Formats: sequence, structure tokens, C-alpha cells
Amino acid sequence: MASLWEYANPKKFIDTTDKVLPWVSVLAVLCLATGLIWGFFFTPDDFRQGSTVKIIYLHVPSALMAINAWIMMLVASLIWVVRRHHVSALAARAAAPVGVVMTVIALATGAIWGQPMWGTWWAWDPRLTSFLILFLFYLGYIALWEAIENDDTAADLTAILCIVGSVFALLSRYAVLFWNQGLHQGASLSLDKEENVADVFYFPLLVSIAGFVFLFIALVFLRTQTEIRARRMRALLARDRMEA
Amino acid sequence: MTALLLRDIRLAVRAGGGFGLGLAFFLIVVVLVPFGVGPQSELLARIAAGILWIGALLACLVSLDRIFALDWEDGSLDLLATAPLPMEAVAAVKGLAHWITTGLPLVLAAPVLGVLLSLPVQGYGPLVLSLLLGTPALSMIGAFGAALTVGLRRGGLLLSLLVLPLYVPTLIFGAEMARRGVDGQDYTTPMLMLAGITCGTIALLPFASAAVLRVNLR
Amino acid sequence: MPELGKYAEAVLSSYAVSLVLLIALVVFSWRRSVRVKNALKDVERKRKMDV
Repeated sequence: MASLWEYANPKKFIDTTDKVLPWVSVLAVLCLATGLIWGFFFTPDDFRQGSTVKIIYLHVPSALMAINAWIMMLVASLIWVVRRHHVSALAARAAAPVGVVMTVIALATGAIWGQPMWGTWWAWDPRLTSFLILFLFYLGYIALWEAIENDDTAADLTAILCIVGSVFALLSRYAVLFWNQGLHQGASLSLDKEENVADVFYFPLLVSIAGFVFLFIALVFLRTQTEIRARRMRALLARDRMEA
Repeated sequence: MTALLLRDIRLAVRAGGGFGLGLAFFLIVVVLVPFGVGPQSELLARIAAGILWIGALLACLVSLDRIFALDWEDGSLDLLATAPLPMEAVAAVKGLAHWITTGLPLVLAAPVLGVLLSLPVQGYGPLVLSLLLGTPALSMIGAFGAALTVGLRRGGLLLSLLVLPLYVPTLIFGAEMARRGVDGQDYTTPMLMLAGITCGTIALLPFASAAVLRVNLR
Repeated sequence: MPELGKYAEAVLSSYAVSLVLLIALVVFSWRRSVRVKNALKDVERKRKMDV
């Protein structure tokens, strides 16, 4: 079987993702549409939460992706630090804005959901607070990429920031839990046991989650291609300037 | 190593070294709070521990870019990189120098400023202890942030954006320890967590900071 | 439209905000991709002509 590392070659990455991207995009649209339409139109209201339960089809997948995007960035950063594959560093850079948007959606839907439920637009609940902190980590990461001119230096510094930041993000999660035992229902989503989220909500939720995952993959493929091309363009322009 | 430490301390204390800057900022923040929230001493007494922690944290933040910037500008950092001293030691020593010249004075100033905020009597001990335990972590984390932005011309704002999220766990446990002390409750758990964070940052962050400095000096 | 009752505002605004953000992200990513692809093509074409 061909090694996964072949795709670390920029040209091969672009060629392969060019072929795969249309399919992943279609899957994303299909799953998102199915999950959201099913959830919005064809599920009942919850006993306690009324029709606001319909917000889970957005809130839960975006929150999951906000975290998974950061984990993907962490893995990509480690691969860059160890194996120096540029595609890896660029993929991390490409994923960050997607992660930010997911975090914002999670925060916004969380806050909007919270208003009728808890009577307040914002509560310093541990989950929401952790996502706010994650949002700040994303901003710092993106800002650092933008601030540094040299591509390799930027890749190295942001990779180290991502790795160190991940440790602190984890630490913050526990610190925030210690700081405020909050309002969220306990772990209400587990892929093995469905004790807290009833079946009738569970399946459209799974489809929505799948939709968000495919959307993330499609966006990262697309954006990494863009980063690869942009980097190549910068290199060519720099070479031209030197030859002139 | 001691030579580097003494040199940095001397440089910071000299005129123009920014020695009093952190302390002055701490004072300013504490003085501003009653203007912001009102002068009622019951309210101030309740929030004093947290305000003092935030003030100390911000005062540290303000002085972070000095850790490496001056040596970067005049080329001393390049020299330090080629010296027999490992970069990890350089980063650790610079963090220590920052703590001695900025963090430690804040710890000593805190009880005085606590008076301004009507800090309850039983809170003084835990507050000072929490700052004593926590400010080294603030210095080490700050040194990491300073290393990341050392090459940038106006990196101050970016430095704050990078460092503040990293400060959150230290702030949470430090302020919680001080608050519980004020309320007369047992504060062992946050104290141990805080000490753990400080030990962890002292042990591990110099490696990250050194890696960052090596990248920036390339 | 299902009977959303008193939570209609909350539910509808959640969906609106989320979909607007997702669509904006996709559109921006797509347009930047096209822009960079064309710019790179230009640079490569000019190099071939200069050679």
C-alpha cells in the first residue's frame, strides 16, 4: 500500500485532493442538508427544552469540530516539527480559520440557546468558557502566522505555539471546571451510550455531525491547496527579485 | 549562569531599565478599580483578591517584551546563542531575572495595595503566598511569549494576545487560593495546583523558549 | 414550518447565524482559492516567457 507520506509532496497533494474534493463536498452538502432538515422539520420538541432542542444539530457538531480542528492542527504541527513536510505546516495554517468559525458558531448557538434556558445571554459555564478560551488560542495562532514574513520561521513558531498552547488548553479545561461547576447537562453525547440524548434526536444529530466533518475536510483540502500555491508564488517572486 | 542573571538584574535596575514600571502599573490598576466599581468597602473587600491578582498579571505582561528585546536589538542574543551556556539555561535565567525584577516586587507590593482595596485581614497571608507561588509561572510563560515575538517590530499587542490565554490556569488557581484564604476556607487544592503549574513551567517551558529563540536567531 | 412556539426567535436566529457563517467561510475560501490559482498561473506564465 502506498505510504501516506507520499501526499506530503505538494504536487501529489494537490492532484489527489483535486480528484477527491468534489466528492467530499457533495457528501458534506448531502449530510448537512439531510441532518439539518431532518432535525429541524421532522423531530419533536423536547419535554424540558421545547423547540430549542433543535439547536443541538448546529451546536454539538460545531463544538466537536472546533476541538477536532485544533487537534488536527496539533498533529500537523508535530508532523512539521518532526518530518518537515511543508504540506503539514500549511494544512495547520489552513485549518485554523475553519476552527475559528466552528468555535464562533458553537459560542453563538450556545449563547442563543442559553438565553431562554438559563435566562441570560452569557453564563460563565465551564463548557462555554472553555470555548471562549479556545477562541483566543485560535486568534493568537492565526495572528502569529500573519505577523511573520519568513514562511519557514512562521511555520516553526506557530507549530511550537500550537504544541505549547495545546498543553495549556487542556490545563485550562480542568482549571475552568474547578473554577465553576456549571449549568451544562452532564456529558450528554457519547457515541457508545445514548442515555441522555433520546434516539429520535440522536440519528439526525449523527448525520449533522458527519456533515460538519465532511465540510471540515473539504475546506481544509481546498484551503491547503491555496496555501501551497500561495507559498509557491511567494517563492517564485522572491527568486525573480533576486535574479533581477 | 550567575553572571547572566546578575547582568540582567543590573540592567533592569539601571535608569531606563524599566524596573519600577511593573510596580507603577500595578498601583495604577489598583487605584483605577474603585473608580470603576464604586468606593463601597464591602464590595472592594469581596473582589480585592481577584483584582490584586489581575493587577499583578497585567503588570507582568507590560514588562515582558524587555526580556529578550534589548539583547535582540544589540546583538547580544546572537552572542548568547554561541556561548557555552545552553539556550535552555539562557531562557530559564532570563525568566528568573524577570521574576526577580518584576514579579517579586509585585508580591511585596501586594499587601500594601491590599489596604487600598479593603482586603480582609485573614486574606493577606494567602494572597501573598499565592502571588509568591504564581508569579514565577507568569514570568516563565511570559518569557515564552516574549521569545515568540522577539523579532517583531510592534509585537506588544500580539504578545498580549498570545500570553493571556496561557495565563488563565495560573490566574484561576492563584486567585481561587487567595479568595479562599479571604473567606477563611481551606485553600490547599488550588495551592497545590498553582505550585504544580509553576514547577511545570519552570521545568518545561525553557525548552520551548529555547527552541523558539533558535528559530528566530536563524 | 414546524410549530416553534415561544422559542422561535432563538431557534431561527441560531440557524441563521450558523448558516451565514458557514456559507461565508465557504465562499471566502473558494474565492481566495480561485484568486491565488490565477495569480500563480500568471507568475508562472511570465517566467516561461522571460526564459
